[in-house]
Amino acid sequence: MNTTGESIASLRFGQTTRRDLWWVQTVTVLVVLSSFAAYATWAAFQGKNYYWGPYLSPFYAPEIWGSSPNAWFGPKPLWWPDWIRFSPALIILIFPLGFRLTCYYYRGAYYKSFWADPPSCTVGEPRHSYWGEAAWPLVLQNIHRYFMYPALVFIVLLSFETWKALWFTNPADGSKVFGIGVGTLILAINVVLLGGYTLGCHSLRHLVGGRIDRLSQTPFRREAYRCASCLNRGHMPWAWASLFWVAFADLYVRMCAMGIWTDWRIF
Amino acid sequence: MATASFRVWRGDAQGGAFADYTAEISEGMVVLDAIHRIQAEHANDLAVRWNCKAGKCGSCSAEVNGMPRLMCMTRMSELPLDKPITVEPMRAFPLIRDLVTDVSWNFRAKMKIKEFKPRKPDAPDGTWRMAQEDVDRVQEFRKCIECFLCQDVCHVIRNHQLQEDYIGPRLFVHTVALEMHPLDTENRIADLKKSQGLGYCNITKCCTKVCPESITITDNAIIPLKERVVDEFYDPLRMLARLVWPDSKPPG
Repeated sequence: MNTTGESIASLRFGQTTRRDLWWVQTVTVLVVLSSFAAYATWAAFQGKNYYWGPYLSPFYAPEIWGSSPNAWFGPKPLWWPDWIRFSPALIILIFPLGFRLTCYYYRGAYYKSFWADPPSCTVGEPRHSYWGEAAWPLVLQNIHRYFMYPALVFIVLLSFETWKALWFTNPADGSKVFGIGVGTLILAINVVLLGGYTLGCHSLRHLVGGRIDRLSQTPFRREAYRCASCLNRGHMPWAWASLFWVAFADLYVRMCAMGIWTDWRIF
Repeated sequence: MATASFRVWRGDAQGGAFADYTAEISEGMVVLDAIHRIQAEHANDLAVRWNCKAGKCGSCSAEVNGMPRLMCMTRMSELPLDKPITVEPMRAFPLIRDLVTDVSWNFRAKMKIKEFKPRKPDAPDGTWRMAQEDVDRVQEFRKCIECFLCQDVCHVIRNHQLQEDYIGPRLFVHTVALEMHPLDTENRIADLKKSQGLGYCNITKCCTKVCPESITITDNAIIPLKERVVDEFYDPLRMLARLVWPDSKPPG
């Protein structure tokens, strides 16, 4: 028997006896979320090239004020402060941003990747102090359901934008004609993925039925709970797929608007 | 027959070290078999707790290659043999000796949870009526074998030693089984927030990952409890509703 002088006491930052590539997931989440945040910030501040033909970028939908024909109430409002560059996306992005930021799945993911709390299961942490979500500021994560409500409204609004993406302007007489372009499909897939992500939300699952102990007495809520639970089981893949696709949908519309990509009309 | 190398923790509360051993490995062996072989051939005084060898008693919990696992359910064929296999006790609990830890804190913490309090019997003979589908939801939690691997992997206990203020995933599973029970009338939500530290959980899902019974601890137990705490303490609309209708309570 040979012995090696190691301590089994608490682990230093990054120390572990795990032998798998535990850091791969941590780093991947860090890179993907950082890349998305960088692209979304850049795209949101552009304030141009966010619509083409019948397509409106999901980062800018609904366009409450703005310069495109999709704007509900016309151009930039008078109350907008001069020291902030105007972009229609800045008015609405707080809702999807807040929904994802307080999402139970993303919380677990970014606590590991951005705060190393812990970097991965059974891996040593950089700090001894810890408050979790029991104290300020992370206790604010408990408002997740108040971002979920607008997220549900956004699904309806984005569905309407997809409906509008089915109607192309006839260059000959300016009339609207029904059609399907690649962009239409991209926007439709975006709604499906965002719907799968939002309708599987843990808070929604709780509110539609999870909080009731005798679901058998409320058949409608029982079915709603079953549906939400079914989607909730795949909450992580829905979260990543919808995150990737919403950025891709913005990129597609932007590339078309800039004339770099050509939208292929399928029908 | 292949030979595998092991690094097994030897020591007690005063200190210790990893000891290197080798053991012959045959088809179908699990880590507990290998530890028993080491015990028989090289280290008769190696302390290891075990009982059923079938993944149902929760006794042989340890950390194999750094991850909390039941030794009896970890097949040697699923471990890479190119480097020594590390076997150490659960780090979250006080060490008694070698691979045996003192898990009695879990049972003391369990005593803090309010017991099952059924409603009045539904029938004159003192029995109750429950719909199967209402009971099905809590059946998942009753699979728990109290191996305490989830407690071991939880960084709030393991790294931050907040046992005084936090009861851990195993006991959240126990609590949610009571809270969601269709007959139960007790309210444990205030305790969860104030004295049992539910807010300390930051949803790493490590507990779900290591559960040998595949209980979806985070999504089906901890998050639903967090949402019930939000209902009671953090939902501004509900606070307003309670001001208007002070007797209003959630259904169920």
